[in-house]
Parts: sequence; C-alpha cells; structure tokens
Amino acid sequence: MSDTHLLASAADLAIVERLRAGDETAFMMLVEQHQASMLRIARMYVSTHAVAEEVVQEAWLGIVRGLDRFEGRSSLRTWMYRIVANIAKTRGRTESRSIAFSTLAGDEADTGVDPSWFQDAGGRFPGGWTTVPEDWSTIPEERLVGNETLQRIGEAIEMLPPMQAAVIRLRDVLGWSSEEVRNALDLSETNQRVLLHRARSRVRRELDAYLTSGSETS
Amino acid sequence: MSGEGLTCHDVVEIVTDYLEDALPAEDRRRVEEHLAICEGCTAYLEQMRETIRLTGQLTEEQIPESQKRELLEAFRDWMR
Repeated sequence: MSDTHLLASAADLAIVERLRAGDETAFMMLVEQHQASMLRIARMYVSTHAVAEEVVQEAWLGIVRGLDRFEGRSSLRTWMYRIVANIAKTRGRTESRSIAFSTLAGDEADTGVDPSWFQDAGGRFPGGWTTVPEDWSTIPEERLVGNETLQRIGEAIEMLPPMQAAVIRLRDVLGWSSEEVRNALDLSETNQRVLLHRARSRVRRELDAYLTSGSETS
Repeated sequence: MSGEGLTCHDVVEIVTDYLEDALPAEDRRRVEEHLAICEGCTAYLEQMRETIRLTGQLTEEQIPESQKRELLEAFRDWMR
C-alpha cells in the first residue's frame, strides 16, 4: 500500500508558505477544491446545512490560524479535514443531538447484503447464491456513466448513515487512499474498512436495482 | 473464516477486504480459488469494481460565488 499521501508533499508545503504570506489566490484555490466536500463532511455530524456552513467557516479560521502548527506529518488535506471533522463533532454534541455511534456508523444488521440471497443450511450449497448476480458487462457504457446512473449513486450515498457516507465520499468519490481517510476521520483501519464495505455494498445494491430493472438490456 | 472452502456469502462479506488488499495471503488465495470456479461471485466482484469506478465519476457541485466572497473577506480579516 502506498503511503505517498501520508506526509505533506512539496506542493503542500509550498501552499502553506503562500498562505502564511497571506496569498489570497492560494487560499481561494483551496476553497474551490475543498469547500463542497468539507460541507458534506461537516453535514454528517450537525443537523442543518446552515450549521455545517458555520462549522466549515470556523474550520477555515482554524486552518489559517493553525498554519504555524502544521508540521507536514500528514498531507495538508488530511490535516484540514481533521479540523473540519473535529469542529463538526464538537458542534454536533453541543447541538444536544446525542447521536448513538450506531446511528452514525449504521447498524450491524444493515450491511447492504441480504442473507436471503444465499441458500440456508438446508440448501444444496449452503451459503451459495440462490440467484446468481447479473452480469453488468452487457450494459452499454453510455447507460453506466449516464447522468441518471450517477444521480442514483449520489442519492444512494445521501441515504447512508453519516459515517459510511463520509468514508465512501473521501475514498471513492474523491479517490483518497484508505490511510488518508482514516487519518482524516480518526478511524481505525478496521472500522474504516467496515464502513467502506457497508457503503459500497449498499450503493452496489441500489445500482443493481436500477440497472437491472425496467429497461431490459441485451 | 473457518473451514477450507469459502461460501459465496463469505466472499461477498470480505469482498472489500479483498479489493482493498487487506487480506492475509492465505485468505486471499482462498478467495481466488473460489472465484476461479464461481460465476456468481465473479459477477458480484465485477459489479463491486464497477460500483467503485462509477462512484469515482461523481463530481462535487459548485459553491456559490457569494460564499467564496465571504470566505475571501474572512481570510483578509484573519490575515490582518
């Protein structure tokens, strides 16, 4: 596994230098790149979009004020998202929404995998498929990457418990490494992977329901 | 995991560990042995790979200009 993103890159350090010097272009570049994702991460822990915006604004202040403390032991973005997540968690707590971990992370039972897909102990092959999964390779690429399909994926992610949504966004939408994701969200390696597994399984399930129903492909 | 052979249900539950390259070599080998003879799990694995690829096609929406201006003004304030 690559750890190239675990330390600040030369580019990260250059941006930090520019920010320290008050470079507005550098700051706006970071805003362009990260504001939308930061809002989404914040939104996972607080009750309204307005509060999430306050959290992210506070996080930017924390980032700018904290630049002198940025030691380059993580990538800049990991460090930035940690600040967002920490402020959002604190804010979520004082919002007196005492959210159970299971609400954030999702239920043990809800893994996105339905046990009825598999034969029970009395079956010919216990634990084997009852109905074999569809072959998506016959579906035309235009349909797969079409706006409607992507919209379904977006909606499926919105429906996930907050932490699953946060993990799949950083890992699969933004393409971060799993190490970066767990550093940013302060998760253990195993927890990160369990959350990712549930999230991906659920999204696959929604996608399968959409892709293999209605309009038949041939 | 117990026993030598994995069931399809086992494979589906460890597919992320497999794709994230987080399985011990021995378990990885067992998954691959299963995939070699199981069409259903091979299709499922491909679906997961497609799901990951397609999720990667999502883009973040644009943020409003007003929000950017506000942040820029705040940045100027903070730097004073």
